[in-house]
Amino acid sequence: MSTAPATGSAEVQPRFDPCGAPGRAVLRVLREAGSIAIFFLQVLKRIPGGTRRSTLVPTLYLVGVGSLPVVMVTGLFIGMVLAVQSYNQFVTMHLESRLGAVITMSLVTELGPVLAATMLSGRVGSSIAAELGTMRVTEQIEGIRALGADPIQYLVVPRFLACLLLIPLLTAIADGVGTLGGWWLSTEILGVSSHEYWFHADAMVTGYDVMSGLLKSVFFGAAIAVISCHRGFHCGSGAQGVGRAATEAFVTSFVVILIIDFLLGVFVNAVYYLIWPGTNSLL
Amino acid sequence: MHTHESQPTEVIRFHSVTREFGEQTVLKDLSFGIPAGQTHVIIGESGCGKSVTLKLMMALMTPTKGQIDWFGTSLHSRSTKQVDRDRLRFGFLFQNAALFDSMPVFENVAFGLRQNTPFTQNEIHDRVIAGLQEVGLPATTAPKMPSELSGGMRKRVGLARALVLEPDVMFYDEPTTGLDPIMSDVINELIIRVRERSNVTSVVVTHDMNTVKRVADGVTMLYPRTMLQDHESQVVFEGNVDELFEADDERIRSFVRGEAGSRIEQMLAAA
Repeated sequence: MSTAPATGSAEVQPRFDPCGAPGRAVLRVLREAGSIAIFFLQVLKRIPGGTRRSTLVPTLYLVGVGSLPVVMVTGLFIGMVLAVQSYNQFVTMHLESRLGAVITMSLVTELGPVLAATMLSGRVGSSIAAELGTMRVTEQIEGIRALGADPIQYLVVPRFLACLLLIPLLTAIADGVGTLGGWWLSTEILGVSSHEYWFHADAMVTGYDVMSGLLKSVFFGAAIAVISCHRGFHCGSGAQGVGRAATEAFVTSFVVILIIDFLLGVFVNAVYYLIWPGTNSLL
Repeated sequence: MHTHESQPTEVIRFHSVTREFGEQTVLKDLSFGIPAGQTHVIIGESGCGKSVTLKLMMALMTPTKGQIDWFGTSLHSRSTKQVDRDRLRFGFLFQNAALFDSMPVFENVAFGLRQNTPFTQNEIHDRVIAGLQEVGLPATTAPKMPSELSGGMRKRVGLARALVLEPDVMFYDEPTTGLDPIMSDVINELIIRVRERSNVTSVVVTHDMNTVKRVADGVTMLYPRTMLQDHESQVVFEGNVDELFEADDERIRSFVRGEAGSRIEQMLAAA
């Protein structure tokens, strides 16, 4: 029988360690990043194996059709908010006719992709993490393996493909609805000419801008799917573990979306100036 | 359904298996085997590592140290794909059945068949209905969702789901936990029938002594690592049921009788 002395508890009291704590936090973040990277590679390896239509179609519905209303509503209001905020600044310089250019450019390059990704992360990512987390704590994931199926192939690949394939579509819809919202408010409420709105939007926004925004969204979709599934697969025990997995999935996805957005923004601009070296500024 | 190798005397053997979770050692230097063709029961109090042992046996978990043999061959010598394929020789009834709650009963039972066999829809249908009837569930259960089932029905669906794949070895993780005495006996009876019907080797993890008396050919008793000295083995008993009930070891006697004795003080000291 163990004879552990009860008086030894003083030795295990946590010590104040100002240098150790940040170091441990950095190590924890690096470990987590490594774990997500390995998980991502495992998912990539299984994509050629495909997925069953019976699992892919409901996931496509959940990710695509289910996200449509929230993406449209937020896109619409972001477009209108952009119009109101920009108008106040531009009218002082008598540049209100350029509202169409600013609103459309902001939406297709930045706000549309980030907004669609944020909505997808909040609505679908958290749901994926909670669903897979519940499956983990109730041993359903082990059950899948016990029945001769690969849990990553069966559960993660369809979710990954659904996010990857549908987020450009959701982004395009957010871009379109946002632009229309901005146009309606600019022309009907703020008195900007409809012709000028579209003329300047068309003159400023190129196919490259639209495609770079859609390309970004593909990376966002992949990040959301991988992070959310990873959190679900590695969720802690009990209801608290599932809740934490859902929250962490959203927070981590959102941070990673912004990091990817910055890195891709730099990359896309570098490529733009490489192709059209004479251009100094998009504006 | 599977290609049977020449049958060794043991279906599974642990060689000095250790399993740690972070800094907690649940199993340490565990060595024992499961004889072929028997119903072998693993007993022990909560937290002694019974369920972990079962998951290690099925390679749903990997040992921190040590080696596990399946049918006389080490798991180390098999590729991941081989392990996944060979795992189909084992069936597993999870403690809470682990039914897929997004699927109806029919799809739960058909899952393994759809994933691993070339059967047509009609063949799968026939096998699923036969599987349900084998565990005493009517065909009308098939369209129900798991949330509509009682605990006993869920366990039986879980058993049907494992049995339709015709495993050589069945693992039962606390099959009677949470069930009333009648339903517990139904599950015990099904364990016996499964073994008699197709000579399936069964490994049952339980702390229900009625189950031990009803189904066991051999018994292994594990003891919590935290309650032992470093040099002591976690396997405190290996033998048959009669020997278990006649054992002199106080740890075995108090477990079999269900007497706590000075356990509360021991647990406090160990903590």
